[in-house]
Amino acid sequence: MDFSRLGLSAASLASAIPAVRVPVGSGQLVPACRLAREQGAHLVALWASDERDRGGGAMVRVLLQDGSGLAVLEVALPDLPDARYGDVSAIFPEAGRMQRAAFDLVGAACEADDQRPWAWMAGWPIDRFPLRRDFEASPKWEPGQEDYEFVKVEGDGVHEIAVGPVHAGIIEPGHFRFQVVGEKVLRLEERLSYTHKGIEKRFEAMAIADGHRLAGRVSGDSTVAYAWAYAQALEAIAGAAVPPRALWLRALALERERIANHLGDLGALGNDGGFAFGLAQFSRLKEDLLRTNLAAFGHRFMMDHVVPGGVARDLDHSHVAAIVEEARRIAREASALREIYDEHDGLQDRFRACGRVRPELALRLGLTGMAARASGQARDLRCDFPSAPYDALEPRRIVHDGGDVAARVAVRFDELAESLRLVRTIVEHAPGGDVRAPVGDIPPYRLGLGCVEGWRGPVAVALEAGPGGTIRRCHPHDPSWSNWPVIEHAVIGNIVPDFPLINKSFNLSYSGQDL
Amino acid sequence: MTAAALLSQFVQLALALALAPLLVGWVNQCRAWLSNRSAPPLTLPYRTIRKLFMKDAVVASNASPLFRLTPYVVFGAMCCAAAIVPSLATDLPFALAADAIALVGLFALARVFIALAAMDIGTAFGTLGARREMFVGFLAEPALLMVLFTASLISGSTSLPSIVDTLAHRELAIYPSLALAGVAFTMVSLAENARIPVDNPATHLELTMIHEAMLLEYSARHLALIEWASALKLFNYSCIGLALFFPFGIAQGSDDWLAIALAVPVLVAKLAAGGFALAVIETASAKMRIFRAPEFLGTAFLLAVLAMLVRLLLGS
Repeated sequence: MDFSRLGLSAASLASAIPAVRVPVGSGQLVPACRLAREQGAHLVALWASDERDRGGGAMVRVLLQDGSGLAVLEVALPDLPDARYGDVSAIFPEAGRMQRAAFDLVGAACEADDQRPWAWMAGWPIDRFPLRRDFEASPKWEPGQEDYEFVKVEGDGVHEIAVGPVHAGIIEPGHFRFQVVGEKVLRLEERLSYTHKGIEKRFEAMAIADGHRLAGRVSGDSTVAYAWAYAQALEAIAGAAVPPRALWLRALALERERIANHLGDLGALGNDGGFAFGLAQFSRLKEDLLRTNLAAFGHRFMMDHVVPGGVARDLDHSHVAAIVEEARRIAREASALREIYDEHDGLQDRFRACGRVRPELALRLGLTGMAARASGQARDLRCDFPSAPYDALEPRRIVHDGGDVAARVAVRFDELAESLRLVRTIVEHAPGGDVRAPVGDIPPYRLGLGCVEGWRGPVAVALEAGPGGTIRRCHPHDPSWSNWPVIEHAVIGNIVPDFPLINKSFNLSYSGQDL
Repeated sequence: MTAAALLSQFVQLALALALAPLLVGWVNQCRAWLSNRSAPPLTLPYRTIRKLFMKDAVVASNASPLFRLTPYVVFGAMCCAAAIVPSLATDLPFALAADAIALVGLFALARVFIALAAMDIGTAFGTLGARREMFVGFLAEPALLMVLFTASLISGSTSLPSIVDTLAHRELAIYPSLALAGVAFTMVSLAENARIPVDNPATHLELTMIHEAMLLEYSARHLALIEWASALKLFNYSCIGLALFFPFGIAQGSDDWLAIALAVPVLVAKLAAGGFALAVIETASAKMRIFRAPEFLGTAFLLAVLAMLVRLLLGS
């Protein structure tokens, strides 16, 4: 991204992939975003932090990415209650909820039209901001009553269906407000944030060397991606080098996480189509994989496997043969199951043309990750910015352009096969050596970025070190932030009973975006 | 009406009540086996019903008496239906009170009550389920009637026991009209009993439910009665199917107790085979989009009409 046309200068930034920081005045943010969009950039994250301890007010950061790398636009809001920054959601629609959450948590106000709360659910007084440094996290606030205004559709025969946050199945909480006529969905509005846990506040009470453990618990199905992204950010700040073998073992864990989630999702998608046979078969394969994880990594989901400076434990040679053999077996069985899925008329009838997000819409709304690759957006950090070991592994870029549930199923099947190949290659060709190196001194007040292509999409962690080995601010960012709003568009014109299938085909994280 | 006939009637009803949950358990067990899962115990439906009877009922504060009454009406309707469907013997004193058309009416009565009760609370899901249930029902009922009419044409009576008597005494051969009607009946049964591919009895996705969506507000004894009634409905449909298309083994008259005793293992064997066939259908198919249901049930209706035409025009 080149902002020189606006007279903005960029400074380099500690990050695993090329990154710059660009200080912008509050009036320049919108033009800078527009320029970036014209250059093909998309928004990764937007968050705010309290800077009053260093003589400022608040700082809003907008993380953008294009083919050349990352850019962080930094807007300082000196006088906190009154200063506002420009609304970027007209340029990047996915920024809307991030802007609302930034106000709820830090009190950094935006000029946007939509001033409804997002992260705030009457769990604390509305004039307090949890991520300000003078916010007392300990008192128990009496939960209040929240009046959230949903957009209503008027007209003959239009009615509302409110679903959740408590669902008939055991899933995470989220509220979905449908405006329907008959079975046809006219409009869907999501209300999330029910699992707000105060993770970002909790980070600030932790030692920076321990933060990877909390990062690995932001969204349990992406624990490896989060822990790796955090470790990347920390290593970037410290300028630490990670032993090559550790990087290969991290990639092994990340690909195994992708395989486990894709196996689970493929089964669940079959089940949501009423094809319980698929669930039973894929669950069996997933369970085999998780048990091997337990044997080889000491944890079924490989939590706390990635640590700053490397990985927690080396892969024992005795597991190599088993992992290779298992990868072959899963690949064989998954391809047999794929044939069953592909040739099952009833299932294909449910999958095809269901919840379609056309490539133009995906580009416009900033769809990201695996779901974007099913809508023709060929973005994959492993291929776009291949760091070790992906530069040697050369993963195949998988893109489908159908944009419907069938395309998201196809991307999963393809990525599953590719990740199984990567797993075999990694365990057979990983270099020897240490698996952990000391991180060294961590300079305070430095910002570091980590960005890892998790199974759902790019997981970003922005970490700012505080003095004395503390965390000043940590913002873990899930790809679900960008993809949740797209579901609202994907279901328009579909019928109500197809929503669960569409939702599952994205399988977004509630916990990861509620924080 | 003799005491023996009454006793036979009573035995058949008791057997239906006792065996219905077992049939559901058997189907679930077969489904588990067919997808390589370890199966739940055969007796699980009994335990579920017992568990529900022991719980305290939670009823919405704005529920009308209709809501409380419905489980009893539905259960009663299914018991009545069980009393007029010949499962063991054809001498059923109660069958004089209702013929095959009334049987369809009994099922419709239960459906209307459960749909009204679902709307009674005023939740979105109840209304959604009721709407879909009526949608499926108005398509399934004509097809079911046509199947029963075909069988009535053959026997010249709409009384179920005499239909079964006539069919059981025909030569063993394939009758085109009955074959067509049999396919139609199978399709209608899947829809009426909320099975895949029309509905999914195992789903937890409230937005896709049809039958289950209407029951979301029920708990404890009310739910137990409705679950039991659903099992009875499946049992009744199975018995109608078996009586019309595989009538052998059903005892004639009510004084031959040996024949009735022999009819029990025959019935159990036939139900086991039918339950397994249902599990095969359910395992092999996905749930169809709800707007495919008209095509599915329209086909069933067409087949049933064809069956009747074949009978009328060709006499076979």
